[in-house]
Amino acid sequence: MLELYILSLLMIIGAIIAVEIKDLLSSVIAVGAVGLVLSVTFLILKAPDLAITQLVVELLCLIILIQATIKRGIPRVISRQSFLTIFVTLTFIGLFLAFAYSSLRDLPQFGHPIMRVANHYLEEGLNKTGATNLVASVILDFRAYDTLGEATVLFTAVIGVLAVLRKIGRKKTP
Amino acid sequence: MRQKNLRNQRSGMTLIVKTITRLTIGLILLFGIYIVLHGHITPGGGFAGGVIIALSFIHLMLAFGKDLALKKLSEVQASFFESLGAIMFLTIAILGFVGGYFFLNFFSDKGEPFRLFSAGIIPLCNVAICFKVGAGLFAIFAALVFLKIGSGEEK
Repeated sequence: MLELYILSLLMIIGAIIAVEIKDLLSSVIAVGAVGLVLSVTFLILKAPDLAITQLVVELLCLIILIQATIKRGIPRVISRQSFLTIFVTLTFIGLFLAFAYSSLRDLPQFGHPIMRVANHYLEEGLNKTGATNLVASVILDFRAYDTLGEATVLFTAVIGVLAVLRKIGRKKTP
Repeated sequence: MRQKNLRNQRSGMTLIVKTITRLTIGLILLFGIYIVLHGHITPGGGFAGGVIIALSFIHLMLAFGKDLALKKLSEVQASFFESLGAIMFLTIAILGFVGGYFFLNFFSDKGEPFRLFSAGIIPLCNVAICFKVGAGLFAIFAALVFLKIGSGEEK
């Protein structure tokens, strides 16, 4: 458990750096560090599928963000925060932590889920689907409907990006 | 002839990056294909493998410039492969109705575990998702990063 706490602390530090630092490129790199630590966390929790996917998607997002920040001259946003803003923010963070502490205690212990359906998948997965990677047998056989929804979300995202950034049919502004 | 074209191209990054890219890009593409095809045996699967394949084309685009990468996989081809993946996935899902319900694993013989040809429809679904994710993310990258939008930036 100790290494998980250390990794979580690293992620929180990286996220704070990414928010607070002034240089935009350094901020993007801090986000990438957070993603890398998250990937290592998945690996320690024995989820190699998620680790691979997280690493690869993080790389893609990082490349897109770096390309977007290097090539364009995005102006640096410097806003001075007033005392009232900081006070309200800290109050709401405290309230949220208090409510979270009282409500998250009722969650089941780490590694002891309430749902028993996972045991059924673990026992019957190899016989019913023939796939030795149980994650694949869950996401593409038992829960393939969810994967169809995810594929639809990605399809819609691609169509949306290509429609917003299209060249043909755009009105020329003088 | 092709090598000469690659070397003399002005766009893209320096000679060092181009040489390293020429060495590694095939390996990256092969690794993506391996992850996809073995998705039902080892960790990985269609999504991760598709992103790795898209990353190999993005690598080509970053190192050699937009023109060469779009010559290898143009936007029309990317949109074709994305739609092909979606239709393949839906077709596999609907073919389950031959046995009763949506997404039925309709191969009666599931094959031997740890073999490449096993697990019924799962490798086919992996290939379909790989087409969809790879081509879709490549199209998003090409549109977001390299296509000039608006009238202000074109001039």
